[in-house]
Amino acid sequence: MKEVYLDNGATTQVDEKVLAKMLPFFDMKYGNANSIHVFGQEASEALEEARQVIAESIGAKAEEIIFTSGGTESNNLALKGAAFAAGKGKHIITTKIEHDCILESCKWLEEQGFKVSYLNVDKEGFVSAEELEKAIRPETILVSIIQGNNEIGTIQNLEELGKVCKSKGIYFHTDACQSYTKAPLDVNSDNLDLVSLNAHKIHGPKGVGALYIRKGVKLEVWQHGGGHEFGLRSGTENVAGAVGMAEAVKMAERGQMKELRDRLIKGILRIKETRLNGPRGDRRLCNNVNISFNRIEGEALVGYLDQKYISASSGSACSSKSLEPSHVLKAIGLKDEEAHGSLRLTLSRFTTLDEINYVLKELPGVVEKLRQISPFGGKK
Amino acid sequence: MMQYSKKALDYFRTPKFAGEIKDADGVGEVGNMKCGDVMKLFIKVKDDKIVDIKFLTYGCIGAISSSEAMCKLVKGKTITEALKITHQDIVAELESMPVIKVHCSVLGRQALGKAIEDYNKKRGLKNEKSI
Repeated sequence: MKEVYLDNGATTQVDEKVLAKMLPFFDMKYGNANSIHVFGQEASEALEEARQVIAESIGAKAEEIIFTSGGTESNNLALKGAAFAAGKGKHIITTKIEHDCILESCKWLEEQGFKVSYLNVDKEGFVSAEELEKAIRPETILVSIIQGNNEIGTIQNLEELGKVCKSKGIYFHTDACQSYTKAPLDVNSDNLDLVSLNAHKIHGPKGVGALYIRKGVKLEVWQHGGGHEFGLRSGTENVAGAVGMAEAVKMAERGQMKELRDRLIKGILRIKETRLNGPRGDRRLCNNVNISFNRIEGEALVGYLDQKYISASSGSACSSKSLEPSHVLKAIGLKDEEAHGSLRLTLSRFTTLDEINYVLKELPGVVEKLRQISPFGGKK
Repeated sequence: MMQYSKKALDYFRTPKFAGEIKDADGVGEVGNMKCGDVMKLFIKVKDDKIVDIKFLTYGCIGAISSSEAMCKLVKGKTITEALKITHQDIVAELESMPVIKVHCSVLGRQALGKAIEDYNKKRGLKNEKSI
């Protein structure tokens, strides 16, 4: 049996064409992009070409893109860099459904003397522009809102939120790691000042990402050294990684993800006592499915699916390091027991109809088996 | 991070003790939905020996595999012997499990204590040695 990998929200397979583009930069074109000789020039050209591709993909200029080690670093630099450039005591607005690297950075900033507000979301996970406007204070310097939620797939209306930020002259940052190439993003029409991107969710390599920094935006530097990446992020550039990321962006396509996603949602909701978490249609990431099953614990479900060669993930407490159920599911109003029973299936452009049909064939039996061995009973 | 052993996963995947004993001599239930673990244990006792044992568990891999391991350890033992089993014995039977899941084995041990308590109560015995 071939494995059915439906955890593309965690990471994706590197496309073989991406890998082929990267390989020469390990053993043949291995120069340091800062060296003067021919090896250095070759690396530098490849790096700048990659930068141009990333820039164009979001409507930015090449000199507004810096390469980082991934989404987490980009988010850390955006938040901490903007906060410390503005000075302690300033105020940041974010939401309750951000990725941990945003929430943990905010928590740390609070300890450093910054103020942070965490906006509520509605039951589908949307942030309201009105709420955002109300939360703005005279000392607010930055708004950070995730574009496509990693757990429930909600795609925020950045254009609307960006307008609010622009009208108040506040930096607007988005974490676009999950949504990159899956949802439209344009730094100008969306009024974005900072955007975090990464490669490994789009069939690129792990260990590389990028941060868009609008010209004129002030960030405090965190990584000091040889002044790489316009002095904002020192360290010899990961040329192979940047080349791989650019290639992944060039090859990105949504394909049939949305149709397969909807087929999967429809099929799973036929199972009794289930609910879809997050919105439907175009306001949901084209590859995200998140369903809560009553009377089932998510980690156990993931464990049984694994036995059927289906790789998935869960927002249950037991599948987290903290033993707390997902903060995102709690923020959209799920009770603890509903959050415990959540299953996330995330598709990629390599996902096939056969794979989706296989999941729909196997899942009901697995759910029933778990319900049967629970004290709350099987078929009702 | 320590992972589940192959044995623990086998226990989780093919639990032989999952189910219910309709005419059980003792029943113990621990945990709650909010925490994400509920374990219900049924024991059948003959001549002071636990001759049959079954569980129904709502919970994660750790909770289900702990339930199974505990039943395996307890079946055939006398009440006195069964009460000597600790949650560490359950973890040892599983060989390894993530450290944050050790509480699942504690829950298993608590369910056993409750079931024996219930058995003693039904027989009008005093619960000298509780959990």
